[in-house]
Amino acid sequence: MNQMKNFTKGFIRENPILVLILGTCPTLATTSSGINGLGMGLATTFVLIGSNVVISMISNLIPSKVRIPAYVVVIATFVTIVDLLMQAYTPALYDQLGIFIPLIVVNCIVLGRAEAFANKNSVLSSFFDGFGMGLGFAMALLILGTIREVLGNGSILGHKFIEGDGILVFILAPGAFIALGFLIAIVNRIKAKMN
Amino acid sequence: MEYIIIIISAIFVNNIVLAQFLGICPFLGVSNKVGTAIGMTAAVTFVIILATIVTYLAQKYILDVFGIQYMQTVTFILVIAALVQMVEIILKKVSPPLYQALGIYLPLITTNCAVLGVAILTIQKDYNLLEGVVYGTSISLGFGFALVIFAGIREQMDLVKIPKGMQGIPIALVTAGILALAFMGFAGLV
Repeated sequence: MNQMKNFTKGFIRENPILVLILGTCPTLATTSSGINGLGMGLATTFVLIGSNVVISMISNLIPSKVRIPAYVVVIATFVTIVDLLMQAYTPALYDQLGIFIPLIVVNCIVLGRAEAFANKNSVLSSFFDGFGMGLGFAMALLILGTIREVLGNGSILGHKFIEGDGILVFILAPGAFIALGFLIAIVNRIKAKMN
Repeated sequence: MEYIIIIISAIFVNNIVLAQFLGICPFLGVSNKVGTAIGMTAAVTFVIILATIVTYLAQKYILDVFGIQYMQTVTFILVIAALVQMVEIILKKVSPPLYQALGIYLPLITTNCAVLGVAILTIQKDYNLLEGVVYGTSISLGFGFALVIFAGIREQMDLVKIPKGMQGIPIALVTAGILALAFMGFAGLV
């Protein structure tokens, strides 16, 4: 029951992007289409699970003064693994996401979960926390990517449903800011209604 | 001539915040007042220039020599974290007033993806050391430029009545979007 709660809290109640507003850089940069957003989200999920599990295992061994650099090394290791795997197996997606794969290492969500959750909870709880947070992140990226793709390109996950171009600005940089702004506003509104 | 192209492109055309989406956290976080925006820019400029030089040397004389380029991410982030810590300690000893002024912004910079981003981009674009420094400096200037303009707009926005759901981050993001739209006007420049 408890694990279920660890797993699902990242979806809505503590969604890293839409509620906590963490990790905005990759959110804006990689959501020019639904697939790109999902790819980035899953890559981050992998890093989150890996770093959460390892950090919860070794948190007793690390002196608290040097814990942040130690966490960063663990996270950077998993980022390197993802980087090499994606380069080998999904080269097209790797080219699209570009510099934002190595930059997962400075994504505040990953270090944030290590510091706020993994270093004081069991391995299993940390696994579910990382998994849930990662999926929440991926879900938000998929939603934002799909909105931008529908408006900007007239397609859903690569399948075009109108002829010609959409509202191009939504695929470009300004559209990312505007779409995310309105998405967070809607979530705020729903939260206010629920309370 | 090459340097002028690097400078114009980094400040206006490919502005780090508004076109490349790096360093959004401090952009949204510390842009409420023009004064804090300038302080943050000074701290970021300082760290980006230092980090570009040190990571460049690490890449050329350690990673390339031993053929371990895949260690780039791990090496760079450690170098940057150590560098920020070192700058903090040195400033505290050497120049307390400057430390006081930058103090609160320094620890925030380790998690600023612009620093790691510039370090990696300098290597990817195959710049030499001088070009890398010019690139890093211009990127920071572009960061400051966007940050100060945005802080100015947000100072004005305090006086405006904003719909409830849009208050705070959402309206800031939409404003940034319009600013990014304005920056797209520079697109044909280089």
